[in-house]
Amino acid sequence: MSTVSKKGGINRRNLLKASAGAVGFAAGAGAITGFPYVHSAEPKVLRYLGTAVNEGDEIAKKCMEDTGIKIEYITATTDDVTKRVITQPNSFDVLDTEYFSLKKLVPSGNIFALDTKKIKEFDNITPVFTKGQLANGKKIGAQGTAPWKVLYLEGANSKKFSATPTEFVTLIPTVYNADTLGIRPDIIKRPIASWSELLNPEFKGKAAILNIPSIGIMDAAMVVEATGQHKYEDKGNMTKAEIDLTMKIMTEAKKAGQFRAFWKDFNESVNLMASGETIIQSMWSPAVTKVRSMGIACTFQPLKEGYRSWASGFCVSKAVSGPKLDLAYEFVNWFLSGWAGAYLNRQGYYSAVLSTAKANMTADEWGYWMEGKAAVGDIKAPDGTVLEKAGATRDGGSFDERMGAVACWNAVMDENDYMVRKWNEFIAA
Amino acid sequence: MMLIFALFFLLPLVFVTIVSAWDYNEYEMIPAFSLRGYTDTFEGCIADLPELCTILKTYLKTVKLCLLTWSLTLFIGFTVAYFLAFHVRSKTWQIVLTLLCTIPFWTSNVIRMIAWIPLLGRNGLVNKGLQGMGLIHQPLEWLLFSEFSVVLALVHLFTFFMVVPIFNSMIRIDKRLIEAAYDAGATGWQTLVNIIIPLAKPGIVIGSIFVITIVMGDFVTIGVMGGQQIPSAGKIIEARLNALQFPAAAANAVILLGITILIISSLTRIVDIRREL
Repeated sequence: MSTVSKKGGINRRNLLKASAGAVGFAAGAGAITGFPYVHSAEPKVLRYLGTAVNEGDEIAKKCMEDTGIKIEYITATTDDVTKRVITQPNSFDVLDTEYFSLKKLVPSGNIFALDTKKIKEFDNITPVFTKGQLANGKKIGAQGTAPWKVLYLEGANSKKFSATPTEFVTLIPTVYNADTLGIRPDIIKRPIASWSELLNPEFKGKAAILNIPSIGIMDAAMVVEATGQHKYEDKGNMTKAEIDLTMKIMTEAKKAGQFRAFWKDFNESVNLMASGETIIQSMWSPAVTKVRSMGIACTFQPLKEGYRSWASGFCVSKAVSGPKLDLAYEFVNWFLSGWAGAYLNRQGYYSAVLSTAKANMTADEWGYWMEGKAAVGDIKAPDGTVLEKAGATRDGGSFDERMGAVACWNAVMDENDYMVRKWNEFIAA
Repeated sequence: MMLIFALFFLLPLVFVTIVSAWDYNEYEMIPAFSLRGYTDTFEGCIADLPELCTILKTYLKTVKLCLLTWSLTLFIGFTVAYFLAFHVRSKTWQIVLTLLCTIPFWTSNVIRMIAWIPLLGRNGLVNKGLQGMGLIHQPLEWLLFSEFSVVLALVHLFTFFMVVPIFNSMIRIDKRLIEAAYDAGATGWQTLVNIIIPLAKPGIVIGSIFVITIVMGDFVTIGVMGGQQIPSAGKIIEARLNALQFPAAAANAVILLGITILIISSLTRIVDIRREL
């Protein structure tokens, strides 16, 4: 017994010595070979803070290949991203966030104003963002925090938004989309054409709305307006009386048992719909795609009152300067050059510069995703899984039909504080 | 030890209390004295009488869920601990069975809760089974996204926190006391009430403290299992935090802390844990 343990002890000690030596050697070798590099070239690294949705590994990989810039993702939830920008602006270089957050972020002074002259494709960014209209000149609904209201700043160091175009911009659009209700056509079995259907007693106990106050209240407002009970001046900036009215109508529906559940998380919405717990609910485009890929019928239903739209983009931290800033511009220019745009379009989002994205997509892909045409072949996701069989058309049709029908944008209201309190009251009712 | 306690517990708590009396705007806290966080929280509590205001409704609901969960976990936890301490003789088996109680913690919170849908949902196993047996014709809606499902999930999760301290108290009971009671002619029930329960009291109180503090602050389980339709004190804090209204969130946290301390201190008044341990 004692010999065994002694032998074991020696073995272990030898092993430790050997491994310590190996580690030391490796460290030494690393230092010697690595040293000259540190001086000859700064590593090209950008820390990219954002939500998981937009942080594709593929984009980081391709960016590394094309430009040598290493993108280090810092992943957080939408709300945590905002908190971090306000409290720790030095902890990231590039920030991916939604346009409506800018109303909170820009006054904090932690956002750098990008110079449009240094952005090659800036003039080709879709006029949805720069002017609030489609390429054919059709005006888009401007209720809420529409991107063009918070895109321009008055000057390089300004904390004020400019109503007219200037050369200083906040966010470079990455992805945006138009949201509506998701439905289960196999169970509902009749056409759905209005937001008011969410409160239709026919769907009692089978409807859902999302429990993120700032977005949920806008879906609620779309419903209230569709039922004809009130016409809002601006659904994205309600008065206290309008908030009260909206929540009163929703509270009555809640008490009557209209809602099966509220959801907060992407997967919750998928599960509610796929299991048949709900058959009509506010939903996001990729969630509908996910339900469909499970072999369950689900439609992202276009409605006559239009869509609630959202848009996110990236900007640069105020703390970034010098060579790092040049890197940031290089990254912006690479992002808009087409590959990334095509990648995002293929996921059902829309990208900022359509012309360069088109050049990176096949005619069939472009036709299906952007022009509302029937797919000629199978439509595949970027990772190769089949999303739609040949012959399918996109819910809601073409880019112009969908974005042209936007009624309002995700927003932060002036009465945000009051709204959050009322929302808590609604949940407690 | 004192230093760690002061640095990581007392100091943050002091900060939270200070911040709770600050003012705020859309994106930052303003270090000026304001009780807005508190007055907003109790908004309508007097004006809306006899209708209850949001905060009272929320706390009544939370306390109700807490009491239901507490009594169920206590009953089940006590039974399991009793079985482990007095019916399982071998130490190995006691350890193995205790470890089995940790199974609910092997997966993440969200997955665990999503897993209830196929069981309790409208088209779930229970409803399909009952319909198959002809007991019901319409699926039971209250199985999921209701107070029932919330309590079920909480009990499923937190019974373990009752089992461990009660079991710990029970195995310390001198077996000769039970034999003496038996020899003196006590029935099983009398032994339980007069010997085991009094001696297991510290375990019961510690377990109760665990369960009550966790349930009072919980918002994830209540949120997901209640279909986000059941209010909780934690949820109000979360909604405020996400809207960057830190002082209001802090004020709510201070209120929650106060109420929880009240409950715990009344519990410890019943049993002096320090003396019993």
